[in-house]
Amino acid sequence: MGNLLSLTTFIPLLGAGILALFLRGDDAAAQRNAKWVALATTVFTFLVSLFILADFDPAAPGFQFVEDRQWLLGLRYKLGVDGISLLFVMLTTFLMPLVIAACWDVTHRVKEYMIAFLVLETLMIGVFVALDLVLFYLFFEASLIPMFLIIGIWGGKNRIYASFKFFLYTFLGSVLMLVAMVAMFAQAGTTDIPTLMAYNFSSQTFPILGVQILGGVQTLLWFAFFASFAVKMPMWPVHTWLPDAHVQAPTAGSVVLAAILLKMGGYGFLRFSLPMFPVASEIWAPLVLWLSAIAIVYTSLVALVQKDIKKLIAYSSVAHMGFVTAGIFALNQQGLDGAVFQMISHGFISGALFLGVGVIYDRMHTREIDAYGGLVNRMPAYAAVFLLFTMANVGLPGTSGFVGEFLTLMGMFQANTWVAAVATTGVIFSAAYALYLYRRVVMGDLIKESLKSITDMTAREKWIFAPLVVMTILLGVYPSLVTDITGPSVAALVDQVEVAVAAHGSQSAVAAAEVAAPAQH
Amino acid sequence: METIILFAPLVGALIAGFGWRLITEAGAQWVSTSLVGLACLLSWIVFLGHDGQMEQIQILRWIESGSLSTDWAIRLDRLTAIMLVVINSVSFLVHLYSFGYMAHDENFRPGESYRPRFFAYLSFFTFAMLTLVTADNLVQMFFGWEGVGVASYLLIGFYYRKPSANAAAMKAFIVNRVGDFGFALGIFALFFLADSINFSDVFAAAPQMARTELNFLGLDFQAVEIVSLLLFIGAMGKSAQLLLHTWLPDAMEGPTPVSALIHAATMVTAGVFLVCRMSPILEFAPDAKAIIVFIGASTAFFAATVGLVQNDIKRVIAYSTCSQLGYMFVAAGSGVYSVAMFHLFTHAFFKALLFLGAGSVIHAMHHEQDMRNYGALRKKIPYTYWAMMIGTLAITGVGIPLTHFGFAGFLSKDAIIESAYAGATPYAFWLLVLAAAMTSFYSWRLIFLTFHGKARGDHHTHDHAHESPAVMLVPLGVLSLGAIFAGMLWYAPFFGDEARVQRWFGMPVTAAAHGAVEEAHGPVDAATELAEGDLDHAAEAIVEETLVEGEHADMGEAAHVPTAAEVAVARPGQGAIYMAPGNDVIDEAHHAPVWVKVSPFVAMLLGLSLAYLMYIRRPDLPGKLAANQRPLYNFLLNKWYFDELYDFVFVRPAQAIGRFLWTRGDGSVIDGGINGVAMGIVPFFTRLAGRAQNGYVFTYAFAMVLGLALILTWMTLAGGAE
Repeated sequence: MGNLLSLTTFIPLLGAGILALFLRGDDAAAQRNAKWVALATTVFTFLVSLFILADFDPAAPGFQFVEDRQWLLGLRYKLGVDGISLLFVMLTTFLMPLVIAACWDVTHRVKEYMIAFLVLETLMIGVFVALDLVLFYLFFEASLIPMFLIIGIWGGKNRIYASFKFFLYTFLGSVLMLVAMVAMFAQAGTTDIPTLMAYNFSSQTFPILGVQILGGVQTLLWFAFFASFAVKMPMWPVHTWLPDAHVQAPTAGSVVLAAILLKMGGYGFLRFSLPMFPVASEIWAPLVLWLSAIAIVYTSLVALVQKDIKKLIAYSSVAHMGFVTAGIFALNQQGLDGAVFQMISHGFISGALFLGVGVIYDRMHTREIDAYGGLVNRMPAYAAVFLLFTMANVGLPGTSGFVGEFLTLMGMFQANTWVAAVATTGVIFSAAYALYLYRRVVMGDLIKESLKSITDMTAREKWIFAPLVVMTILLGVYPSLVTDITGPSVAALVDQVEVAVAAHGSQSAVAAAEVAAPAQH
Repeated sequence: METIILFAPLVGALIAGFGWRLITEAGAQWVSTSLVGLACLLSWIVFLGHDGQMEQIQILRWIESGSLSTDWAIRLDRLTAIMLVVINSVSFLVHLYSFGYMAHDENFRPGESYRPRFFAYLSFFTFAMLTLVTADNLVQMFFGWEGVGVASYLLIGFYYRKPSANAAAMKAFIVNRVGDFGFALGIFALFFLADSINFSDVFAAAPQMARTELNFLGLDFQAVEIVSLLLFIGAMGKSAQLLLHTWLPDAMEGPTPVSALIHAATMVTAGVFLVCRMSPILEFAPDAKAIIVFIGASTAFFAATVGLVQNDIKRVIAYSTCSQLGYMFVAAGSGVYSVAMFHLFTHAFFKALLFLGAGSVIHAMHHEQDMRNYGALRKKIPYTYWAMMIGTLAITGVGIPLTHFGFAGFLSKDAIIESAYAGATPYAFWLLVLAAAMTSFYSWRLIFLTFHGKARGDHHTHDHAHESPAVMLVPLGVLSLGAIFAGMLWYAPFFGDEARVQRWFGMPVTAAAHGAVEEAHGPVDAATELAEGDLDHAAEAIVEETLVEGEHADMGEAAHVPTAAEVAVARPGQGAIYMAPGNDVIDEAHHAPVWVKVSPFVAMLLGLSLAYLMYIRRPDLPGKLAANQRPLYNFLLNKWYFDELYDFVFVRPAQAIGRFLWTRGDGSVIDGGINGVAMGIVPFFTRLAGRAQNGYVFTYAFAMVLGLALILTWMTLAGGAE
C-alpha cells in the first residue's frame, strides 16, 4: 500500500465524481442517494485513513508514507505525513462523516452540496499531506472555492456579503504567500518542502529604503506567509471575516470552517514559518505572542455581548485560536504540543458547538439568544450535551479543551510572563461568556410560547454527537493519544529552531567582529 | 483500597446519572449512597490504620510534553487520610439525609424525575473532591479543583427554573475562575522553576527556589514568595476569602444538603488543604504567609460582622463558614498547618451539622428560610433543636477553659487563637478574638430566633411544622457525636506536643522530647491522649534532640545523645506537612499566657450574653438598635456593598468594553478603516454578483471546482505513470 495517502486524499473526489456524473434528477430519491453516497465515501475515507494511523511510527523522525512522483512541467507530486500533519488528516477524515450526517435535512441542491463537501475534503486532506510548495498552494487556495460556494449558495440571508468577505480576506492574504513561494524557489531552486525545511535562508540584516530589516530575507518571507496564515487562523485584527462567515454559513459549513479550515493556518505556521524561517520566527515571536494575547481578551469581551449564538461561538473560536498562535510562537515543547493539541481538540469542541446551534436552529429558525430560554425543560439530552461542550470550551480539566489551553499557557509562561498572565485571563472570560450563553439559552423556566412544543434531539442527532463526546473526554483523560504522536516531531522542530537561532547568534557575533575588526586597523 | 475509595463515587454517579431509568429512581439513590458508604467505610480503615508514611499509586499516564510528565495517581499521606474521612463521612451522611430532604421538592412539577440527577451530582462531587485530595501533582489537583467547581455549579443551579439559582451558579463558577487564574499561573511558575509539577519534585526543589529570583510581569520576586501568592489566590477563590468571597452566600440558592456538603464541610476547605499541602513551599515564604494571615484574619472578622444582621438562616451559616475558613488560613499562615487541618476536621462535623439542622428546620417550615418568621420551634422539632444546639455549642467553642474538655470547636478554635498569638500578628489575634465574640452572638441569635421566643410569621406554617423523618435525623445524630467528641479525641495528634504532631504527620521527629513523655504515647487511644495535654510542659526543659522512628520510642534510644549525623533534619516533602527548623509556633502557643488562653472563652460568653439580652430578654432592642444605627446596619446587611462594588467596577465595564470593541473596534476600525475591504470592496463585489443571475454564478463557480478537480486528478494519474 505505497499510495495510502493518495488514496485517502482522492477517495472523496472520486465520490464527488460519481455523484456528478451518474446521479440524475432532483427528486427525493436522488437526494437520498446523494447523501448516502457522500456518507459512504467519507466513512470509507476514514477507514482508509485508519491504516495510516495504524502503520505510523511516532518514534521515526521525518516524513512517512512518502509518495514522490514526476508531475507535469517539471513539478513534483510529493505527499507525506509526520507526527504533526497526521493528526490533522485524521481530524478531517473523522469529522467529515459527521458533517455529512449533519446536513441530512437539507433539501436545496443536495447533490451539489454533497459534491462541494467531498471536494472540500480532498482539498483539505491535500493541504495537510502535500510536501511540495506548488501542490500545497493549489490545495490551500482551491479549498476556498467549495467553502465560498457552501456559504454563498446554502447560507443565510446575508450570504453573498459574507462569502465575498471570506473569499477576499483569505485570498488577499494568500497572494503574498505566492510571491514568497516564487522567491523561495528562485533562491533555493526547489519546491520540495522537506528540502526547504532544511534550507538555510539568509537571516543577515539588510536595509530596504533605509530601514534595517532584522532577520533579512527570512523576515520578508516570514511576513508573507504570516499574512496568509494569520488571516486563515484568524488572528486579531484580521479576524472579522470569521464571525460573518459563520453566521451566514449553513451548520455543516460552520463545522468544517471552525473545525478544519482554520487549522490550516496553524498547520502552516508549523510547517513553513517555524522550520523554514526559524530566525525570523524567533525575532517576531513577541509580536505574535502579543497579538494572540490581545485576541484572547478582545474577542472574549466581544463574545460576552453578542446577541447571536453563532457569532458568540465564532468569537470564542478566535479566542481559542489565540491560544494556538501563542503556543506556537512560545517556541518550546509545551507551547507547540499544546498548540497542536488545542487545534485538534478545538476541532471536536467547536464542531460540536456549531452542531449544537444547528440542532436548535433547525427547530426554531433563529439564532437570536433572546428567542430561547429554558430549553432544559423540554430538551434534557440536548442540555446535557451542550453543557459538556460548553464546559469543554471553557477548558474544564478532564475534557480535551483543558489540555491544549494548559500546555500552551505553560509554554507561554516560559516565553513571556506578561503574555501568559494576559492570556490566562481568558479562562475567566471564557467561563463568563460561555456560561452566560448557557444560562440564557438552556436554563430557566420555559416561558416563550414558541418553544412550548420544541422536541429533544433525534436519534440521528445523538449519533452525530456521540463520537464527539467520546473524543472530547478520551483526549481529556488520556491526552497521550495525541502527544505521543506529535511529541517527537515537535521536539525535532523545537531543536531545529533552537539550533538555527544559536547559529544565527554566532554568525551575528562573527559579523559584528568583522565590522569591528577593520575599525581597529 | 485507595483506588476503590476514589472510584466508587464516580461509578455511583454514572449509574445514578445515566442508568436510573433501568434501576428506578429509588435504585439510583440506593446505589449511589451505598457506594459512597463503601468509600466512607474504607476511608476510616485507611485513616485509622495509616502510619504516616507516604504511599503512591499510579493509575494512568496523563499530560506529557517534553520534560513535563504527569500521571493520574494517588498520593496517600496523613493530609489525604484526614480529608478522605472528612469528605466521605459527610458525603455519605448527606446522601442519606437527601433521601428525606429531596423526597418531595416543590421546585419540580409532579412526575418530574430530579432525584437521580441530584444523587448523581452529589456522587460526582464526591469523586472530584477525592481526586483533589489524593492528587500527587498539581494538575490532577487542578482537575479536582475545577471538577468540584462544576459540581458546585450544577448543584447551586439545581433548581434550574429559579433565575436567582442560575445567576448564583454562574457567579460561583466565574468568581472561582478568578481564583483559578492565580492557581494556574502558580502551576506554570512552579514548572518553570522546578521543571516538574509533581509534589515530591516541587517540594524537594523548595530550598533551591528560596534562593532563586523569578521575573514575573517585569518585576523580580523571590520565587517561592510569588509562587505561594499565586497559589493562594486560587485558595482564596475556592475558600471564599475576602475579595473573592461574594459567591459563597449566593451559593445558598442550592438545596440545603448541598450547602452542607459542598459549601461548608468539604469544597470550601479545599483552599486550606492546598495551603497545607504546599507547606514545604510556604515555609520558605514568610511574606506570603504574612499575607495569608492578613487575608484570613480580615475575612474572619468581615464575615462575622455580616453574619450579625442576616435574616436568612442559611446565609447566617454561610457567613459563619466564610469566617471559620478565615480562622483556618490564619493558622496555616502562622505555620501551624496541623492546627489548620484540626479546625478543618472539626469544622466539617459541626458546620455540616448546623446546615443539615437548618435544612431540617426549613423542611419543617415548608421552605421558609427567613428567621423573622420562625420562633418557638423548640417543642415542635425537638431533635433538630438539640442537634442545632450541639452544633452551636461546638462552633461557639464551649468547654472548660485551660483544660482539654469541650466541644470540637472549643479545642480547635482555641488552638488557632493561641497559635495566632504565638505565630502571627497582634492584628490577626485581636480580630480573631473579636470574631469569636461575634460568632457566638450570631450563632446564639440563630438559636434564639428560631427555637425560642414567640412564634412569628404565618401561623398556618407553624401549625404544620413537623419533625423530620428518621433518615434525616440519623445523620444529625452522627454529626452531633462528631461535633462533641472530634476535638477531644484528636487533640493530641493535631495540637499536642510537637513530637506527637510530627509523628502523626509522618515527619521526622525533631522536637525536644523527654523519653518518658515519648513512652507515654501509645497507639491512638483517646483516653491516654486526653491526659497528655499537661505533660507538654515536661518536654520543655530537655534540650537534646531525639530521633524517634516508630510509635514506641525505646527508652535507651531516647536517652542516647545523638551524633550530628543522627539528628533528624526534616527535608521539605518528608511527611505530609513541613515545618521548617525554627518554626516552634506549636510549642510557643502551648505556653501562651493564661489571658490569651481564656480570651476566646470570654469572647464566647460575651456574645452569648448579648444575644440572650437582645433576643430573649429585650426582643425590642435589635429593632431599636438597627433604627438608631441605620447606616451601619445597612452597611452590614448589604454585606459591605461588595456585590454592588464589583458590579460597578468589573461587570458593567466588561460589558461596556465588549460592546465598544465590537461596534467600534471590529465594526468601524477594522472593517471600515484599516482594511476598507469589508466596507468598500466587498459590497462592490456583492453588487456585481447580485447583477449577474444567480444560476449563472452558480454554474460558473461549479465549473471552476470541477475543472480544478479534474486537472488535479489527471495530473496525479499522468504524473504517477512516469
